[in-house]
Amino acid sequence: MTKMLERKPATVLKEAVANRRALIRHRLFWPVVALVVLLATTPGIYRIGIRGGHLYGSIIDILLYGSPLLLVALGMTLVIATGGIDLSVGAVIAIAGAVACTQIASGIPFVVAVTTALVIAIVLGLWNGTLVALLGIQPIVATLILMVAGRGIAQLITSGQIVTINSEAYKFISGFWLGLPFSIIVVAIVIAATASVTRGTALGLLIESVGGNAEASRLVGIRARQLKIMAYAFCGLCAGIAGLMISSNISAADSNNAGLWIELDAILAVVIGGTSLLGGRFSLAGTVIGALIIQTLTTTIYTLGVPPQTTLVVKALVVIAVFLLQAPRWREARS
Amino acid sequence: MLRMTGVSKEFPGVRALSDVDFEVLPGEVHALLGENGAGKSTLIKVLTGVYRADAGEVTLDGQALHITSPTQAREAGISTVYQEVNLCPNLSVAENIFIGSPVRWKKMRGEAKILLRRFGLNLDVQAPLGEYPLAIQQLVAIVRAMRVKARVLILDEPTSSLDRGEVERLFTLMRRLKQEGVAIVFVSHFLDQIYEICDRMTVLRNGTVVGTHPVASLPRGDLVRLMIGKELGALAELTEHIREARGEPLLQAQALGRGSAIAPFDLEIHPGEVTGLAGLLGSGRTEVARLLFGADTPDAGRVLIDGVARSLRTPKAAIANAIAFCPENRRAEGLIPELTVRENILLAVQAARGWSRRVTANGIVERVIGELDIRPSNPDLPARDLSGGNQQKVLLARWLITHPRLLILDEPTRGIDVGAKAEIQKLVVGLSEEGMSVLFISAELDEVLRLSHTIGVLRDRHLVAQVPNTPELKTEITEMIASGAAKS
Amino acid sequence: MIPVNLLRRLPIIVTASLVVLLYLAGNSRYYGFNDPQVLLNLFIDNAFLLLVAVGMTFVILTGGIDLSVGAVAGFTTMFCAWLIALHGWPAPPVMLLALVVGTTGGFLMGCAIHYLGLQPFIVTLAGLFLFRGLAFVLSTDSVSIQNDFLTNIAQTRIPILGYRLSVGAVLALAAVAVAAVVLRYTRFGRNVYAVGGNEQSALLMGLPVARTKIGVYTLSGFTASLAGLAYLFYTQSGDAVIGIGLELDAIAVVVIGGTLLTGGTGNVLGTLLGVLVLGLVKTIISFEGTLSSWWTKIFVGSLLLAFILLQRFIRFRFRAPGEVV
Repeated sequence: MTKMLERKPATVLKEAVANRRALIRHRLFWPVVALVVLLATTPGIYRIGIRGGHLYGSIIDILLYGSPLLLVALGMTLVIATGGIDLSVGAVIAIAGAVACTQIASGIPFVVAVTTALVIAIVLGLWNGTLVALLGIQPIVATLILMVAGRGIAQLITSGQIVTINSEAYKFISGFWLGLPFSIIVVAIVIAATASVTRGTALGLLIESVGGNAEASRLVGIRARQLKIMAYAFCGLCAGIAGLMISSNISAADSNNAGLWIELDAILAVVIGGTSLLGGRFSLAGTVIGALIIQTLTTTIYTLGVPPQTTLVVKALVVIAVFLLQAPRWREARS
Repeated sequence: MLRMTGVSKEFPGVRALSDVDFEVLPGEVHALLGENGAGKSTLIKVLTGVYRADAGEVTLDGQALHITSPTQAREAGISTVYQEVNLCPNLSVAENIFIGSPVRWKKMRGEAKILLRRFGLNLDVQAPLGEYPLAIQQLVAIVRAMRVKARVLILDEPTSSLDRGEVERLFTLMRRLKQEGVAIVFVSHFLDQIYEICDRMTVLRNGTVVGTHPVASLPRGDLVRLMIGKELGALAELTEHIREARGEPLLQAQALGRGSAIAPFDLEIHPGEVTGLAGLLGSGRTEVARLLFGADTPDAGRVLIDGVARSLRTPKAAIANAIAFCPENRRAEGLIPELTVRENILLAVQAARGWSRRVTANGIVERVIGELDIRPSNPDLPARDLSGGNQQKVLLARWLITHPRLLILDEPTRGIDVGAKAEIQKLVVGLSEEGMSVLFISAELDEVLRLSHTIGVLRDRHLVAQVPNTPELKTEITEMIASGAAKS
Repeated sequence: MIPVNLLRRLPIIVTASLVVLLYLAGNSRYYGFNDPQVLLNLFIDNAFLLLVAVGMTFVILTGGIDLSVGAVAGFTTMFCAWLIALHGWPAPPVMLLALVVGTTGGFLMGCAIHYLGLQPFIVTLAGLFLFRGLAFVLSTDSVSIQNDFLTNIAQTRIPILGYRLSVGAVLALAAVAVAAVVLRYTRFGRNVYAVGGNEQSALLMGLPVARTKIGVYTLSGFTASLAGLAYLFYTQSGDAVIGIGLELDAIAVVVIGGTLLTGGTGNVLGTLLGVLVLGLVKTIISFEGTLSSWWTKIFVGSLLLAFILLQRFIRFRFRAPGEVV
């Protein structure tokens, strides 16, 4: 099966219609179906209006509030493709927000503050990558360290307070531009950039090779270390951007709650999208759909008036359903 | 006492065992020999309950056995110790011997010590098994088998990773077991060892028994002939084998070696020549190849390329020196199963170039698929969907497009149909005529003789000699493989 | 040259030394630290963590992981509170039922992991969502319980060696003792180590791998719901947010206690020491007064890093010839 992002949608669709069985077996089939069903059950999903000079509606909400998850899931995809995992993204989100806000609050210009935050996020990703690729530490443990310590560091930076700031420029990150949420434009750019780099260069192929068969990749002369470090750094960057979005949304840095548990949602999104936790072939499109499914779940539940506490249960059931459906593929991949 | 009569086993497309009769007597060490695909491992798996025979029966002391699982085999008194020593390295020696029974530490330790001493071993039974070298772990595995009162002990290639001293230890243990009346099946390709420890031997070829003989009555030359099986008559000459001026060697290995895997060897590879490696399975051919490619790190010796010493400690270094390697185990070490054929083919070229510049394929993939007749010819199928033979061709394609100066092929024709075999052989000759050097490893001696300009002969992890391929060689080579060589 | 025996035990020796060091540091710096009640409070306040960590030790020893334990604990408290306070059921059968529910959850997850071949991370993640969600569905607010039976237990102080421990703490310590015996002296316990060491070998050696793997997750579910009961005694209320993040703390203390995440090596004594380390760190920070709670996180993270590096070093130093670590 060819990667969806490499061929024109029209061609894919045509061939798919002609080959219905292949369509059902396509690994994105069930996730897409799930997403469509979820969207259909959201009342007024197709209602999009203009309000206050920008687009407004349920879909816009999904995209706006789902941007951080989309970004984190994107970064997580590459890490998982190398055969690893990153549990620290939530902590990085908190640190990014904390760094940016404390700087802005003390008068440092917006651009400098934001840049520092992103640089630090990348450095944290490099830290994870070094532990995993150079020191050979298991990814779960290596990133667990930052997950635990990192939130403490974020709280340290903000001295445990919620640092509120008053910055037009900062607010803009979670605002609107040309009618669309700015954050979704950012996400779209990141997706496009990631897709073009991973598929336009050989980066995606080499990452898939390393995750798919590490020994064979070594015998072909691929240097896995470099690739893994890059994947973790990229994941850190994505978390950093997501952190800025989240803190911009409340115009403050809340180190206790920013990005809490987002790593679990991100991992779920990646796996629903068809990328195996064992590494190898990854799908950016799949991750996007997976993240949208999770975000739509939350939004739909909210708009349906269903008590929000059921979100978790529904998420659990969705996870279980997807895995039972994918179970045969699991076995195949593991054999 | 253990007897197998008329055992047959078929898999889709291949008859693994046909009407095999095999027996082992108490107190006897019985060797089981055969090249790859001869049926050795299938026979063992039938004995140990991993497979069910299609026909024939197995009896122990005259009583029929119906074994359907490894546990049942063990309970019937048939124990197997595999090459990988299936024990738990984190548990202590004593515990590995006794686990499965109720836990009594003191009793366990005492009995373990006694048991081990009975077999000539003096170990700290409380130490984790993993702290001991593989040779010792193997011995512990045998002791565990004995604890469960095995009557038949199957040793599957037990000496492949052992040095001389460790082999001696194993043999001492085996002699003690013999005295206790245990029947031992010794699966191995080390001829010297077979002649040293075994009483009888059974040779399998293509799923049938070609002979069961007392060791004393079968000279080595005859044994090798039995195993390889053909009269090496007139072979169709594909090309002039003896060259006049060879020029400087492309690659020289000087005293290159790695532990007990392969003793230090010298090897010369000249441009435009096919160098064959001949020897029985397990003689060290793959080890030689891996050292030359940097897949394993040598602990002795050096490699010269164009007369200059080069460090070939990683595959990347070897590739940078225009060396390519098609491994024997294409599934585990060659293909990336979920990637497409196209991606697998382009992988080596891409890896050499780095990630930032994408290789523009420009039809190269389609062309090489056509040249090698890879089927199905759709380059966008996942590589795992292809048959074994075609997967091999994909690997070949991958390395061919890197235009190496030295192409190392480890068993490239294994599992490939006759027609494709001939194609690959022709390809090898063609490549050498174009100036590429090829290191050709094959279990089929006539293939090696047909294609090579010079041949390295290996035996029991030693490269005995490198000789030019002359018409006389075909009569001499079986003796060279079989004969005792001075160990360095 | 340090004897091999000692080197093998190095991680746990380091942990034990750390406990002693922390205690001495606290003693020298703070007045009132050497009151034995401080030490006992360590057990009382961290009883839930200890219970959960004991179950987690079993799971990690087989090479798996259980992310659902905090959620199961929280669900247990809410389940009991809901039935007792909001529906008037008597306490003892409710508590029993809660244990059954938690244990069954663990059992089902274990089956999914072994028979469906799914990864423990994902399966227990689903378990986390499910149990946490169910807890919230029962009630989003905390539900306090007025029940004589419960209050009795909550206030009971069991005298041990002249000092007094809560029921929860005693449960936790008992769990440690039972777990230690099981791991050392029963076939199930030894099978746990075997499966963690090399599952394939364990299978070929004829050991009951399925029973062992499913068993550890069932056990983890049991200790998690037991921890929930311990919370119940401590707070006398049910709350869906109880136990959030507990699984991470459990994993941390298990690792600090010397158990390898790859499985096959470790014991519950180490886990107990790990809990003591964590507890002492928290106590010191609270005694310090000026240090804020986030330092706990930073300190624990650094400890984790140090122990992981130590484990790495030991594995590297003691690798078999030719083994790639």
